[in-house]
Amino acid sequence: MIPERLLVNPQSPADASPAPVGRVPRYPSPRPEVQRPTVLSCTDVNVYYGSFRAVTDVDLAFRRNEITALIGPSGCGKSTVLRSLNRMNDLVDGARVEGTVAFNGEDIYARGVDAIEVRRRIGMVFQKPNPFPKSIYDNIAYGPRVTGMKVDSMDDLVEEALTRAALWGEVKDKLRQSAFGLSGGQQQRLCIARTIAVQPEVILMDEPCSALDPIATSRIEDLMQELRDDYTIIIVTHNMQQAARVADRTAFFTALANETTGDRTGVLVEYDRTETIFENPSDQRTEDYISGRFG
Amino acid sequence: MSTSIGIGAVVSRSLQVRAKGGETSPRSLAFLAALWFCLLFALLFLVVLIVTTLIEGAPRLDARLFTEYPASNPERAGARPAIIGSLWVIGTTTLMAIPLGIAAAIHLEEFADKKSRINRVVELNVQNLAAIPSIVYGMLTLAVLGILGITNKNMVWVGALALAMLILPVIIIATREALRAVPAEIRQGSLALGASPLQTVLRNTLPAAVPGIATGAILALSRALGEAAPLLLLGGLVYLTFDPNGLASGYTVMPIQIFNWTGRPQEGFHVLAAATSILLLALLLAMNALAIFIRNRYQQRW
Repeated sequence: MIPERLLVNPQSPADASPAPVGRVPRYPSPRPEVQRPTVLSCTDVNVYYGSFRAVTDVDLAFRRNEITALIGPSGCGKSTVLRSLNRMNDLVDGARVEGTVAFNGEDIYARGVDAIEVRRRIGMVFQKPNPFPKSIYDNIAYGPRVTGMKVDSMDDLVEEALTRAALWGEVKDKLRQSAFGLSGGQQQRLCIARTIAVQPEVILMDEPCSALDPIATSRIEDLMQELRDDYTIIIVTHNMQQAARVADRTAFFTALANETTGDRTGVLVEYDRTETIFENPSDQRTEDYISGRFG
Repeated sequence: MSTSIGIGAVVSRSLQVRAKGGETSPRSLAFLAALWFCLLFALLFLVVLIVTTLIEGAPRLDARLFTEYPASNPERAGARPAIIGSLWVIGTTTLMAIPLGIAAAIHLEEFADKKSRINRVVELNVQNLAAIPSIVYGMLTLAVLGILGITNKNMVWVGALALAMLILPVIIIATREALRAVPAEIRQGSLALGASPLQTVLRNTLPAAVPGIATGAILALSRALGEAAPLLLLGGLVYLTFDPNGLASGYTVMPIQIFNWTGRPQEGFHVLAAATSILLLALLLAMNALAIFIRNRYQQRW
């Protein structure tokens, strides 16, 4: 097998030197502007941790088969917004979401909605690769098993998920070995494969490449481009170049300090097509951030 | 004599190493020597105890110890019912304490509201219970039997009940530690796939924690195996001429048999007690070794 480091992707390593504003390289080629249906939307969303308001009045609409990037400086609430989209915030003590998060038109926080079902349909990939302490095969088969999916052949499903995550070739001879033996980049692709295996409609990614080297990062980015045809992807990233490379739309968040109390809260500044955000932002704060003047 | 020379060599080597490491003032060297002395003093007693027991018990560490019943003639006596009784009691204790302890730990660690006052009280008391003298558990069991109106206390399940209560806090604490060592990311990864919290625990967190739980459980059981006090209170000091053969059967256990024989005037019984002690020590060492093996072999490094 070819070591991962030799599979150099000619397109671009992730941490290339920052491109000048207005000429951010986009790859692959931009897609024609099509009005795709909204899958997931936030209306007047406020997220609280106890009495602390982490995010204030967010309105966002995520479109089907698009990649949307959430960018902004630390503490601007982008991860909080992401976690409120599949009710992962429910697991945090004292976390509370106000406003409406609608998935295919239905409020996922409405009474009677099963958070477990929401999370099955809106999957999540985390910052640090978090494979289960099980075999590669069992990592993939875990989701279908626990959700009681009707599966004709688990072997086929595992192969398909790993193939879609561009990992099959590297692991097909060691499916029964522990997932902990894989490299960081392979582990993260395994986590993506694991998410795909339960056939969600939306995949949330919380800084999925921040623990990976540039080559592993570029493979994940390639993978996201391929997955876009079947899934809706929402990614939180600290890396503006990454947003520029992969995202169809970008939302820029920032932290706003209350003038009287000094409490900081995250707000959505601007949400538009990625080219517009990077080349012709309408808000001065966006301009300052993407040109590296703060954050 | 050769041991003390060996010990002296270790001490002087250690002092030299320390001296090389920078600590050269006479005061710190004297302090180091004092620390070594304390350690060696403790070890010395252990060694003396084990060696004298070995020497005394070796002549009777034979097949008859395992096959014969207690008798008035030490030459024809053995610890067979006590050995079998120990196995029955420990086996029953295992079945009572381990499922209950693991379940309690799962509840406290994974499901209980950590902010609730009641849960905090429960948690604090679990910690405290682990430090309570074992005889108190014997008294507690005795009181419960009194309330239930059970007069025949010498039954396997009664002894096992007392020992199970004794080791329950230890198992709960060990299991909680093992569960806590499983990173939160693993739980989140499972929940994000649409697994319920219960599925996450049973299929992911708990299996990952099994090595830690097994280690803690074995250590707790080895404590129960060497315990005599609560069983003495519960009528475990009996003269058995049959094999314990069921939950309601009469029983005695190895530590009590040792206690019994040590109190007899005849020298032959003291030898028997020492031989049984060797057996008990060997069992305890084997259990502890197994625990260490499991910990080193299967422990997950995250």
